Amino acid sequence: MSNELLLEIFYVVVGLLMYLVAFNVFRCKENQARIGTTLFWAILGTIFVFGSYLPGTIVGILLLVIGVLTATKQVKHGKVNAPTAEFSAEKAKALGNKVFIPSVLIAGLVICIAKFTNFSGTVAIGIAAAITIVITLFLTKADAKTVASDSDRMFQAVGVTAILPQLLASLGTLFTAAGVGDVIANNISNFIPEGNILIGVSAYCIGMALFTMIMGNAFAAFSVITVGIGVPFVFMQGGNVIVCATLALTAGYCGTLLTPMAANFNMLPVALLNIKNKNAVIKYQAYVAIPLLLVHIALMYFLGF
Amino acid sequence: MQLIGILVIVVGFIMKLDTIAVVLSAGVITGLLGGMSIVEILNTLGSTFTTQRSMALFLLILPIIGICERYGLKERATHLIQKIKGMSAGRLATLYMFIREIAIAAGVKLGHAEFVRPLIEPMAQGAAASKYGKLDEKTEDDIKAMAAAADNFGNFFAQNIFIANSGVLLVVGTLEELGYTVDALSVANAAIPVAVIALIFAFIQNTLMDKKIAKRYEALQKEGAK
Repeated sequence: MSNELLLEIFYVVVGLLMYLVAFNVFRCKENQARIGTTLFWAILGTIFVFGSYLPGTIVGILLLVIGVLTATKQVKHGKVNAPTAEFSAEKAKALGNKVFIPSVLIAGLVICIAKFTNFSGTVAIGIAAAITIVITLFLTKADAKTVASDSDRMFQAVGVTAILPQLLASLGTLFTAAGVGDVIANNISNFIPEGNILIGVSAYCIGMALFTMIMGNAFAAFSVITVGIGVPFVFMQGGNVIVCATLALTAGYCGTLLTPMAANFNMLPVALLNIKNKNAVIKYQAYVAIPLLLVHIALMYFLGF
Repeated sequence: MQLIGILVIVVGFIMKLDTIAVVLSAGVITGLLGGMSIVEILNTLGSTFTTQRSMALFLLILPIIGICERYGLKERATHLIQKIKGMSAGRLATLYMFIREIAIAAGVKLGHAEFVRPLIEPMAQGAAASKYGKLDEKTEDDIKAMAAAADNFGNFFAQNIFIANSGVLLVVGTLEELGYTVDALSVANAAIPVAVIALIFAFIQNTLMDKKIAKRYEALQKEGAK
C-alpha cells in the first residue's frame, strides 16, 4: 500500500476516535459546556475524516468556529472513566514487566519501519500503533469497551492542544504568504553597523533565535535570516560559511526552546504529561537555551573566523 | 504593518488568553494587513491545516498508553527503578538525553509521545518517589518538565550530526542557492561541538534540580520532626 493511502486511513481512524469522544461528551449530562465540547470534537472529527474532500475555505471556516468555541470557554474536560489505583497496582503485580512490552514495541516498530521500509516516519507511527494495539489487547485481556473509554480519556486529557501544532503550521504559512519574513529581515539589517565581526556574529545568532521564536520554526527563519544577516554581516567578512551557517541553525533551535509557537515541542508535552503550569517546559529549557545561545555566539566568533 | 499579527501572538501568549483563538486572530489580522482577501486567508489556513494532519498521528498511540497505564505501567516502572541504586530523576533525564542524542545522530527518532510519556517520565517519577515517598504536585511538575526538556535538548542539538537530517539538507540547500559549495559531511562535523556542550549544560541543570528536590524534602522532613 502507498504512503498516501495509509495516511488517509490513519486520518480516518483518528477522526473516528474524535467522533467517539464527541459522542461520549454528548452523553455526559453533567458537563457544563456539553454542546460546545461535543461540537469541538465533532468538527475536528469531520476535518480528519473528510479533510481531503473538503475545500480549504470550508475547513478555514470550521477552524474559526472552533476558535469561537474555545475563546468563549465552551470546550471543557468531561467526565472520563479513570482507572483506580488499586486496579492498576493489582494488574502491575499480575502482568509484571510484560506491561512494558507495548511501550517498547511502539518505539522499536516506529524506528524499524521508518528505517528499513519505504514508509515515511509518520506512516510508521500509524502502522506501529495498529500492530501494538492487537498485542496490548492480547496481553492485558482488555475488552473493546476499555479501548473506547481509554481513548476517550487520553484524547480529552490532551484536549485542544492536540491541534495546536497543525494550527501554528497554518499560521506560519499565512505569515509567509503575507510577507512577514521580508519585513523583519529588512528592518534588522537596517540598523546593524557593518565591519564589526562580533556584532555581525551576534546579530546572526540572536536574529535566528528571535525570528524562530516568532515563527515557531527555525527552518522558516534560517533562509530569511541567512540572506538578510548571515551573508552581508558574517560571510562577507570572511566567516567560514559551513561552520557559521550550521551554528546559526542551532542558535535558532535555542529560540525554539523558548517559544510557545513551537507547540509540538513545548506545548504538546505539557498536555501529554498533564503538567499544571502551561509554561513549565519552556521555563525549564530557558536555563539551558539562553547560555547556549551565548555559547553559539562565542563558537561562531572563534571557530568561524 | 503585517507585524501587528506578531504583536497579537506575543500579547496573547503573555496574557494567557485562549491559545487557539489568539493564533486564529493573529492569522486573520496578518492576512488582512498583508493585502489578502478573507477567502484567501481561510483557504490558506484550512488547506495547510488539512495537509498537516500527519502532525496529529501521535494521537493513535494514546489509546495504547492509556490501556498500559490502566494495567499498571507506572506502578511497575516505579518498582523497577527502585531496584537500580543511585538512580535519580535528574540522572535519568540526563541519561535519556544522551541516548536521544546518540539515536538522532544515527538518524533514529524517539519522541515525547513514544518515549517520554510511556517510559521516561514514569521512571523519573519512580526514581524520586522511591527516595521521598509520595511526591507533591510541584515536584511532579518539575520532573515532568525535566523529562520533556531532555527530549527536546537531545533532539535539537544532535540532529545535525546525521548527514541525511532535514536540517543538514536545509543548510546545504540554502547555501548552494546562495552560490556557495558545501558538502553535507562538513555540516555534520560542524554540528558536533554544540551537541557536546548542550549535554554538559543539561547535566548541570538536571543535577541542580535533583539537589533542589532533595532540599525541598529535607525541609519537609524537618518540619515533620518538629
